[in-house]
Amino acid sequence: MALVLNEEQSMLRDSARGLIGTKAPVSHLRQLRDSKDPTGFSRELWGTFAEMGFSGLLVPEEFGGTGLGCVEAGIIMEEIGRTLMPSPFLSTAVLATLALSRGGTAAQKSEYLTGIAKGGLIAALAVDEGAKHRPLQTAMQATRSGNGFKLSGAKGFVIDGHVADLLIVAARTSGSPGEAGGLTLFLVNPKSKGIAVERTAMVDAHNAARIVFDDVDVTADGVLGEVDQGGVLLEGILNVGRGVVASELLGASEEVFGRTVTYLKERKQFGKLIGEFQALQHRAAHLYCEIELTRATVLKALQLLDENFEAAGPAVAVAKAKAGTTGTLAVQEAVQMHGGMGMTDQFDIGFFMKRARVCQELFGDSNFHADQLARLRKY
Amino acid sequence: MADLDQFRKDTRAWLEANCPPEMRKPMTKEEDTFWGGRNATFSSEPQRIWFERMRDKGWTVPHWPKEYGGGGLDGEEAKILRQEMAAISARLPLVSFGISMLGPALLKYGTDAQKREHLPKITAGSIRWCQGYSEPNAGSDLASLQTRAEVNGDDFIINGQKIWTSYANFADWIFCLVRTDSTAKKHDGISFILFDMTSPGVSTKPILLISGKSPFCETFFDNVRVPQSHVLGQVNRGWDVAKYLLQHERAMISGMGERGVGRPLGQVAADSIGTDDHGHLDDPVLRGQIATFEIDEAALACAAERAVDLAKAGQAHPAFSSAMKYYGTELNKRRYEILMSAGGSDALEWESERSKDGARARAWLRTKANSIEGGTSEVMLGIVAKRILDLPGA
Ligand SMILES: Cc1cc2nc3c(=O)[nH]c(=O)nc-3n(C[C@H](O)[C@H](O)[C@H](O)COP(=O)(O)OP(=O)(O)OC[C@H]3O[C@@H](n4cnc5c(N)ncnc54)[C@H](O)[C@@H]3O)c2cc1C
Repeated sequence: MALVLNEEQSMLRDSARGLIGTKAPVSHLRQLRDSKDPTGFSRELWGTFAEMGFSGLLVPEEFGGTGLGCVEAGIIMEEIGRTLMPSPFLSTAVLATLALSRGGTAAQKSEYLTGIAKGGLIAALAVDEGAKHRPLQTAMQATRSGNGFKLSGAKGFVIDGHVADLLIVAARTSGSPGEAGGLTLFLVNPKSKGIAVERTAMVDAHNAARIVFDDVDVTADGVLGEVDQGGVLLEGILNVGRGVVASELLGASEEVFGRTVTYLKERKQFGKLIGEFQALQHRAAHLYCEIELTRATVLKALQLLDENFEAAGPAVAVAKAKAGTTGTLAVQEAVQMHGGMGMTDQFDIGFFMKRARVCQELFGDSNFHADQLARLRKY
Repeated sequence: MADLDQFRKDTRAWLEANCPPEMRKPMTKEEDTFWGGRNATFSSEPQRIWFERMRDKGWTVPHWPKEYGGGGLDGEEAKILRQEMAAISARLPLVSFGISMLGPALLKYGTDAQKREHLPKITAGSIRWCQGYSEPNAGSDLASLQTRAEVNGDDFIINGQKIWTSYANFADWIFCLVRTDSTAKKHDGISFILFDMTSPGVSTKPILLISGKSPFCETFFDNVRVPQSHVLGQVNRGWDVAKYLLQHERAMISGMGERGVGRPLGQVAADSIGTDDHGHLDDPVLRGQIATFEIDEAALACAAERAVDLAKAGQAHPAFSSAMKYYGTELNKRRYEILMSAGGSDALEWESERSKDGARARAWLRTKANSIEGGTSEVMLGIVAKRILDLPGA
């Protein structure tokens, strides 16, 4: 497959860019932040996403979706990265949709996927328990009780967990933390008895939640996929999550870089445009190279995820690691080259700085993925 | 698609039947590369057999037209051939500046007669070329070159000095930048000319490098007579040809790190350093450096693949080869720093059987030139800044 977007994909990008650019520029996020909006995103805009077919992008057509792939999801995420629009696209349209369509029974699919495609249902994936992403360290217990299970433990960094209508929870049905086997995914109603959800507004004005589970009853039909075999399913879902978060980082990197290059051509000091200073030119050119490389790795990873997602692991590790370091560099250079302006809240650059930090941490930072690659390559 | 699948099957079978086992190992020393030329010698019988079979198949330059001895393959087929060769670690049968630099310029700017004269000798490896660009006072500022060519009847008379001419002492012909109009602006008075290194008045003097080798020379021209018909492209418009050729040179240099590398760096390091109880490299900091390196290496490979696809889709930026040249060469230097570190004191041996005469140390030193030859990293960044990012200033 060629490492360039085809015609339909370019059209999708253009329409996403048009919609997101006009309806949700960075000022949209700023307004949500300043008004301390209780949801943290616009439900109305999420409705428009559904009308455009974006919320059901990965939902199979039989359930009312468009049945597209990871490359297309990445395209939307890249545009989201350009304006930092907060939305449940990642949590619901990507992670939950994949979890359900890959692991769900016929009944589970028809119950939830249609709702996701229509934009009415918001779902969140609860994996992390510690401050760093370590899925294998999952300790949360799911003990058998009757023909169902009881869940006890705590999750953090649950993206959109504060508004979710459905939680997808990774817990241990056997084995101990660190082991790959023994994980199971559960579909849990957040209104169930014993669940406490605490909204965690984050540095980037997006939302996640801490969720405590205290002897929460889940019936047998709440199991997603096979008992004890959830590890592989989870890894597949996480890999798509990593791939599209890399897209978001790419979009954010591109946007701040574009703004920075523009500034270099406008700002004068010492009677010259600052873009004439070679020290800045070379750093900008280096960053350009990093972004171009990142773009290639992200597209490669997404294409592989569509072709054969089991084999995409190394490519995903490369893309997420690369996007993380490039994003970090892009926002730092942006603030530095904007000088004092870059440090002001009134200026948008800071929003990108904050969001890049969150995306770097989400589903494994660059170090995590470097380690992952080393393990896969056995050294 | 079916055709390409068939092509892949046939290619795999042909390589299997024709590539000698000795030619399926990464190159480790200078003699492993066959450069061709009038005085070429083969370092081994398998090297000769491999070269001749590939030449007869047209696969010394698979994507050039068959009429010039190329393989006539299209982009997809050439990619498949590369992949299949890589899969068995097959060596390149012929490495030459004729293929990677002059050829593309000849195909674009050459007259019919020039193409018929020179291209088949490049694919057949019978003429070895060198590049006469740099001069003592014209390196990064190449267009300030002073070697001059004056008209004399149907000929030019060339006088001047070149420097850093790689393998000038082994080359049969030179492609050379000369000043044909000293009154014009510096870019507008340069011509691109081809001539035989055995012409009277040409002499060379090798320069010793820090790697202990002397692959390049000072080259002197003392009243060298060259027919005017040897100019490639138009007289005084040689800068266009020079720039076009540089794009190819830069693309070639950016890919150098990928050639003949063999095992992944992490594995090479694990072999020499050993692993701990978790199977992790017994040097956690180096392990992290290697993994980070391998991420960038994989990223560069993706970018190279995308560059080809972009070119096919007509979306490539002409200055993108500068970005790749910069990144690829800096990365290759990093690769060799890691290799030296992984090798420890073993990698420091210079004159020993065991170290194949200091192969790794010499290669490490050689890579330091990657970010200088073909335009320095600073110059590449300058090109990206100005031509791609459109930043202001000269
Ligand atoms: C291994 C090797 C093989 C080579 N083979 C050939 C060959 O076959 N034929 C041939 O003609 N030439 C060849 N060269 C020459 C090569 O092209 C030149 O060395 C190169 O262009 C740099 O020129 P210079 O050495 O004169 O360095 P200089 O131009 O003097 O540069 C010195 C330093 O100043 C920096 N610098 C210069 N200008 C700028 C600027 N505008 N902005 C910022 N920094 C700047 C450079 O980046 C460098 O760091 C080869 C060189 C090497 C090392």
